[in-house]
Amino acid sequence: MSTTDRLVDYDELLTRYEPVIGLETHVELGTASKMFCGCSTTFGAEPNTQTCPVCLGMPGSLPVANAAAVESTIQIGLALGCSIASWSRFARKNYFYPDIPKGYQTSQFDEPLCVDGFLDVDVEGRTYRVEIERVHLEEDTGKNLHVGGATGRIHGADHSLVDFNRAGIPLVEIVTRPVPGAGALAPEVARAYVTELREIVQALGASDVRMEQGSLRCDVNISLNPTGATELGTRTETKNVNSLRSVERAVRFEMRRQAAVLDDGGRVVQETRHFHEDTGTTSSGRSKEEATDYRYFPEPDLVPLAPDADWIETLRAGLPELPAARRVRLQEEWGISGTEMTWLANAGALGLVEQTVAAGAAPGDARKWWLGDLARRANDTGVELGELAVTPVQVAQLCGLVSAGTINDKLARQVLDGVLAGQGDPAQVVEAQGLAVMGESDELVAAVEAAIAGAPDVIAKVQSGKVAALGALVGAVMKTTRGKADAPTVKRMLEERVLGS
Amino acid sequence: MGSRAVGSDLTTTDVAGLSRLLTAGEVSAVEVATAHLDRIAAEDGALGAYLHVERDSALAAAAAVDAARAAGDELGPLAGVPVALKDLVVTEGVPTTSGSKILEGWRPPYSATIATRLAEAGTVLLGKTNMDEFAMGSSTENSAYQVTRNPWDRDRIPGGSSGGSSAAVAGHLAPWSIGTDTGGSIRQPAAVTGLVGHKPTYGSVSRYGLIAFSSSLDQAGPMARTVLDAAVMHEVIGGHDPRDSTSIDSPLTGLAAAARAGAAGDLRGLRVGVVRELGGDGHTEGYEDGVLARTREAVELLASLGAEVVEVSCPSFDLALPAYYLIAPSEASSNLSRYEGVRFGLRVGDDGSHDLDEVMALTREQGFGPEVKRRIILGTYALSSGLYDAYYAQAQKVRTLIARDFTAAFTGVDVLVSPTTPTVAFPIGSRVEDPIAMYAADLCTLPASLAGLPAISVPSGLSEGLPVGFQVMAPALADDRCYRVAAALEAAQDAARGHRLLDELPGGRA
Repeated sequence: MSTTDRLVDYDELLTRYEPVIGLETHVELGTASKMFCGCSTTFGAEPNTQTCPVCLGMPGSLPVANAAAVESTIQIGLALGCSIASWSRFARKNYFYPDIPKGYQTSQFDEPLCVDGFLDVDVEGRTYRVEIERVHLEEDTGKNLHVGGATGRIHGADHSLVDFNRAGIPLVEIVTRPVPGAGALAPEVARAYVTELREIVQALGASDVRMEQGSLRCDVNISLNPTGATELGTRTETKNVNSLRSVERAVRFEMRRQAAVLDDGGRVVQETRHFHEDTGTTSSGRSKEEATDYRYFPEPDLVPLAPDADWIETLRAGLPELPAARRVRLQEEWGISGTEMTWLANAGALGLVEQTVAAGAAPGDARKWWLGDLARRANDTGVELGELAVTPVQVAQLCGLVSAGTINDKLARQVLDGVLAGQGDPAQVVEAQGLAVMGESDELVAAVEAAIAGAPDVIAKVQSGKVAALGALVGAVMKTTRGKADAPTVKRMLEERVLGS
Repeated sequence: MGSRAVGSDLTTTDVAGLSRLLTAGEVSAVEVATAHLDRIAAEDGALGAYLHVERDSALAAAAAVDAARAAGDELGPLAGVPVALKDLVVTEGVPTTSGSKILEGWRPPYSATIATRLAEAGTVLLGKTNMDEFAMGSSTENSAYQVTRNPWDRDRIPGGSSGGSSAAVAGHLAPWSIGTDTGGSIRQPAAVTGLVGHKPTYGSVSRYGLIAFSSSLDQAGPMARTVLDAAVMHEVIGGHDPRDSTSIDSPLTGLAAAARAGAAGDLRGLRVGVVRELGGDGHTEGYEDGVLARTREAVELLASLGAEVVEVSCPSFDLALPAYYLIAPSEASSNLSRYEGVRFGLRVGDDGSHDLDEVMALTREQGFGPEVKRRIILGTYALSSGLYDAYYAQAQKVRTLIARDFTAAFTGVDVLVSPTTPTVAFPIGSRVEDPIAMYAADLCTLPASLAGLPAISVPSGLSEGLPVGFQVMAPALADDRCYRVAAALEAAQDAARGHRLLDELPGGRA
């Protein structure tokens, strides 16, 4: 494991090195059937129940391309500003592995469907342009399960099983060009890119893009070169990066590790590395220096794809509102600054806030909760915002209770705790825990009168003109009511009794 | 000829004849199947045409046809006609080995489209025929299982790779059969056994369920005793198949009709091009005199039927052999990657003492024969990075040149003709040690394969007592022209000699 890797302090390495990042993102498309056969793509079925002679690579079977997958790929390409090829071919990528039924993966090589696009991402008030080299379509592999052994990897395992349910699910690969110039923000830029890409694919409805289920997978390329150098350094490719947070952590870790290697006068080995979620470290996988020769050649079992211009224009016209345009619109609707909008987007909170607003909350309130308390809780527990056990509708209900005066902000946080703990909707939590703000109830009247009776010296001060001294009594009442009282109400009640007559 | 038992008659009757007898109720499907199965039992030990004989299921299928006929069901004209399939045609539940040890014992969970179409037409599967391993060869000597002998001379090869299919039909162990042709594997075995064999236009017969050798070249087609029978089978198996992306979505032109029209013997208006590079002046090296003589006579016969004959030059045909031996092995090296012991067929070394890579390597080492390994190595080399442009890509350019030569030629002629193969059947064992000599058997058939064009082999007579084949090539989707010209030649020759060529098979009809 890599826990023994020496790491250079992050800020320090930036004084000597410039990071260059690159991302290869795989998106499993949400088509009903697989890329080259009619098998279902539903996640989580019993192993090897969603297979047929084609996706098992049985002798004699032949592929037929899934038109819906081609369409989704073109839509992704269009959303990324790519040129769509008028002539594109599948190619065979030949290598032996048990999870690859035919002994080759049907992919695309030098004739991809989409090329030359870009994606702009905003990080800390600056826009970074990530250039897209290509978007191509291929098939997913099966899944190996290594049984026995400690790591779940093949080494040390007793035996291995293969599940071909995933084999042949359409997979879109989106490859960036090297992204220089992000400097200290390289980890954040990488994360913002994947976040934005995910939102685009989601907006297109092309995939459910769930990183934890592997329907969006990211390989992160990182290299360092000495500040001012023009040649790119040797890169590593980190796989198994299964969350947005991991993207950021993987980049940061590799930068620190590579800096130590270079500082020691060593050279970075061009290799595949694995990211470890638990430790935030990477470890060496197979070396790419003795690279497999994939012997690519055009797939003779499939005819070339030649999407005609009319079809492409129809698809372009049918694109939904993309996240960037949506942000501009929402920024206007919500009357917020560009910086605030960037925070929302980078926090992955935009959709959540939009849904919360749609459920009736004021935009300011919705933002406050998602970027404040909820973001903090997500960060503390190491999950994505959207994975918290609270729905936008519940947040809207919470906002509603606050604006109706039923609860105050402090109580609202307690209510939120209850919701996150699975105690039901906000109203149910308020009811169950008796968290509602007190009106001018007998209990409150008694508390106010007790406070007056218990502090004659304060009353004397107030009556002699030092009205501000009342604050101490407000505090006392709030304390005896354990925060459930509404402070302005308490203050008014005190004023009526002490000054009113 | 003298009187013979019904069983013997049934095995020597062509498909058109069997169809008439079955439809008229003069024989039952069970009688027809039994006659063939009995003859297989008696003769195939010596001939070696079949790898698997499906006696029980054949009799059951035949009985079902008879029952349906008795019940008054509407049956197609081929219901009850037996058929043999080359062992790379995938058949559900029936062993399918592609002539290789690596697939020994594999019983497929599905059927090839052409197998399904033949079954739906009511034909009865007799069994699966021997072949060169993964269709790589021209003599069937590369079968991992057995030698197949030529019914004309049992010391000679039956051609290949569809040599089991040719021997079965020529030896009267099946009325017709399915072969597959990648570089000549239907036409060459048909030629050396005195049969008609047609390689359809690439994409006109589904490849779904044919164990792939070279995907951009493989085509299944009929092997039969008459041109008409071949055309009828082609109509059964041909036509669009949505499971094969390279299948052409275009209806077949009337093939049986073209065969019948051709047999009428009037070829006036037909322009025939004799390809100089395939046995013509300056290109006779490696061609036997007898083959060239029969070819000349066939051309003269066509002219006598009214065809206008010209010589045509297709210079790039000289490059067909090297181009083919880069493209086909390249595709094969990839197509054969799936045989690694994980999901089906042979697995070697899975005893706990070998890791995954070793199990895969041992399986392939023991499962593949020498010719298959030779081609995998060749193809792997030709596709490797740095060499791809010099070999595979270059070969694809040659392929384009060959296609252009055809296009240019077809502006002036309707069909092109040549010998099917430079020699008659050679002795078993004579070329085993010399792959290049073996590859030369496909010299004449490779151009049409590389261009994806239809080509038929029809007998043109005997040389030294052995059959010679005559090849007729046509533009894409003009398969009907092949059948028309071949039928004209067949009819004229049969009329001239007073019987069919196969009647001269030594002991064949006795």
